Amino acid sequence: MQTAIAQNSKISVKNLNFYYGKFHALKGINMEIPEKKVTAFIGPSGCGKSTLLRIFNRMFELYPEQRAEGEIMLDGENLLTSKKDVALLRAKVGMVFQKPTPFPMSIYDNITFGVKLFEDLSATDMEERVEWALRKAALWTEVKDKLNQSGSSLSGGQQQRLCIARGIAIKPEVLLLDEPCSALDPISTSKVEELITELKNDYTVVIVTHNMQQAARCSDYTAYMYLGDLMEFGATEDIFFKPKRKETEDYITGRFG
Amino acid sequence: MTTSEMLLKAAAVEQARGVKYAARKRVNRIALVLALGAMAFGLFWLFWILFETVRLGIDGLNLATLTQMTPPPNDEGGLANAIYGSVLMVGLATFVGAPIGIMAGIYLAEYDTKGWLASATRFVNDILLSAPSIVIGLFVYTVVVSRFKSFSGWAGIVALALIVIPVVIRTTENMLQLVPPGLREAAYALGAPKWKVILSITLKAARAGVITGIMLAVARIAGETAPLLFTALSNQFWTSSLSQPMASLPVTIFKFAMSPYENWQKLAWAGVFLITMTVLGLNILARAWAGKNKG
Repeated sequence: MQTAIAQNSKISVKNLNFYYGKFHALKGINMEIPEKKVTAFIGPSGCGKSTLLRIFNRMFELYPEQRAEGEIMLDGENLLTSKKDVALLRAKVGMVFQKPTPFPMSIYDNITFGVKLFEDLSATDMEERVEWALRKAALWTEVKDKLNQSGSSLSGGQQQRLCIARGIAIKPEVLLLDEPCSALDPISTSKVEELITELKNDYTVVIVTHNMQQAARCSDYTAYMYLGDLMEFGATEDIFFKPKRKETEDYITGRFG
Repeated sequence: MTTSEMLLKAAAVEQARGVKYAARKRVNRIALVLALGAMAFGLFWLFWILFETVRLGIDGLNLATLTQMTPPPNDEGGLANAIYGSVLMVGLATFVGAPIGIMAGIYLAEYDTKGWLASATRFVNDILLSAPSIVIGLFVYTVVVSRFKSFSGWAGIVALALIVIPVVIRTTENMLQLVPPGLREAAYALGAPKWKVILSITLKAARAGVITGIMLAVARIAGETAPLLFTALSNQFWTSSLSQPMASLPVTIFKFAMSPYENWQKLAWAGVFLITMTVLGLNILARAWAGKNKG
């Protein structure tokens, strides 16, 4: 189904099909992801929401048995068939994963790792960039005195914010969040959610979540997916308060899922 | 059901639970005793070996052991040339073998995990890993020693390196596989190229394990006798030329311990003491390293 959204779209997905080997995981997805808004993907486990997210930065290409067919336009170019190096796409489309994954190095180096791949910054510029990214991720005050300590010495919630800081340090345009709070306690979760709301001023954010309250709290648009189909997509309040489809309503209200 | 019937039933359930629990506790106690027994049995022999090594070895150990050459029978001397030969050959064999092993381990864990070449490599490596070291000694004898018509330090290094490689391949591969896939994905998601992900992320995350593997390989070859018997042979004198036969601690121990001369036997025990302590030290170091760098 096609849902029109009166917004500038950053990513437009046209007739996208995805396969894990022979398994048809996404079936003819069409959607427009609006720029500088938060779009949430919800749906029961196995519905394909993470799969869809991982196509936007071509993460699936790490696994040879996975393939995508169709069109995903990002800034007027089909990213699936683009001849450009995938590294350049990933510099533009950052990703944060379900589990915090600090690299085995200092907090400072965790941030600079990605920056150094694309930019040659002077030492002072780099320090500024690190501070900027950590401030943006609401982590600066907690770590500014221990930048040389190992990233894994932080708590789970701090590690996840470190990963977000690492992602935004390379100044992407799109940020993909794959259940970023599922391993966090409620306090860390609320910090990350505040952060997501903050981030949409500069970035297009796409978040996969199992937590419907989270989708309701911090997204502008919501897509409900089920068994590889995009069931319904629209403004978050419409999806939650006046869903067009019975299936969406059943899932949202907890009768199913 | 009346209240008294219910109480009776509850008591019966309680009693059945008690019987089950007592049985489980018995089994647990037996298992614990067996496990402790097995551990004590193992430790008993280990400590006996260590005790004997120290008791007999410390006797022949003095400054001369470390500074003087291996003596003729019934004469004063030490193990300096054997120690030097061992350190040199073990060091160079590790220097050659460890990088090859690490690179092959990276290939197996990061590049070709399921292909036929990887399966074949793994299979061959397992065979090499468990090959008797005397076979490797004889192989290097035919390939190197008989071709160049001379026993040499180089031949010894080749033989020892051939033992190092499979150990390091195996540990490197295993350690890299333990690195969570999420860590790799996170690095790729930042746009890092594959070589950068491997060098700066996966290998770094696994470095404690990889280094432990190398240390264990060093410990293993430090005590190998058979591969050196046919390759480096031994040398009564000091030589720093690797194209000549070269003394080593294990071969010297073998030669001296079999002799009827008392001073040779004493030196053999001193050598045993040195090797045991080195291997023990390396193992402790490897463990401490791995423990410290876990996080």
